[in-house]
Amino acid sequence: MTLKVEHDLHKRRLDKNVGLGVLLAAFVAIVLGLTVVKVQTLDDPREMERFDHVARPALEEAARDQSQEGAE
Amino acid sequence: MTDVTQQTMQPGEARMGDYYALMKPRVMQLVVFTALVGLLAAPVAVHPFIAFVGILCIAVGAGASGALNMWWDADIDALMTRTQSRPVPAGRVQPGEALGIGLALSGFSVILLALATNLLAAGLLAFTIFFYAVVYSMWLKRTTPQNIVIGGAAGAFPPMVGWAVATGGIAPESLLMFALIFMWTPPHFWALALFVKSDYGNAKVPMLTETHGRRATRNHILGYTIALVPVALAIAFTEVGGPVYLAAALLLNGWFLSGALAIWRRDDAASEADSHATEKRVFKASLYYLFGHFGALLIEALLRNHGLGGW
Repeated sequence: MTLKVEHDLHKRRLDKNVGLGVLLAAFVAIVLGLTVVKVQTLDDPREMERFDHVARPALEEAARDQSQEGAE
Repeated sequence: MTDVTQQTMQPGEARMGDYYALMKPRVMQLVVFTALVGLLAAPVAVHPFIAFVGILCIAVGAGASGALNMWWDADIDALMTRTQSRPVPAGRVQPGEALGIGLALSGFSVILLALATNLLAAGLLAFTIFFYAVVYSMWLKRTTPQNIVIGGAAGAFPPMVGWAVATGGIAPESLLMFALIFMWTPPHFWALALFVKSDYGNAKVPMLTETHGRRATRNHILGYTIALVPVALAIAFTEVGGPVYLAAALLLNGWFLSGALAIWRRDDAASEADSHATEKRVFKASLYYLFGHFGALLIEALLRNHGLGGW
């Protein structure tokens, strides 16, 4: 049996497929929005540089200074 | 080789609306509203987008517990007129699908809430889902007539979660909002049980009307409504309350109490004679009661933002 290009099955599942597509797009928008908001509301912009998996001596020094101040 | 025509013959294929119905959208409305009030009444400002995501997670979490409830209760839902057209008993959604959607959305909502807000809010949401799906649906509902009383806690958590989203903590105000819904749930559901009595009996759900009789149910409605009044009024004298809330609470409690008294005074003969008109009226009033209290808290919160409201 040959599968018709526009089978009845496709028509009936259209709303499910469109719905799922919209939900996935909304999920991407939410993650993007959360990322933007979280970064914008950081107290110290340097905080976001700490997680980029690149050695940053300046940041490490600053962190060491902070922990020493905390210890004192 | 699979023949496509076989798939097209499957009865009751689910549409997007069936998956939405699985999440109990009417219950979700109440959850979203009370959680939003809990969030806005809190004394800590939240970024609007974080607040939106927080409320969305609470709504999805509530929907997930609704799907798990429908998966577990499909057998008894099929026996009750009110519930037999739900997607699982009607055969439009397979039980395994409902379970999968419930579990996936539970995990999704709790993890996203933890990432977007804080661990306490996410923990409370996880506990709420567990309480509704496991403690209420799987354990209490079919074993004790106190199912509604204890299970009501699941519906009472959302304003606490909303408060935790904003503050990261628990406070007397959020506990009182919890107590308000917790104490309101029994008279609300028992009023419903008085006019859909035969349904719960058919499904062998030990609703108070079946186990202790309708007279005892009327007594319980009055008792719980009297106990509800001080809880509702106490909120007026906290930081989230104020004169607007107090005025609304006095009116709504007077209204609800008079309805509970009317139910208590009636017997079954009078109730049957007018097709349970009073019970239906009080059930409807109970919905306005809860929306009224949380609406008043919302007004107080908005007034406070403009330097008004409060004491």
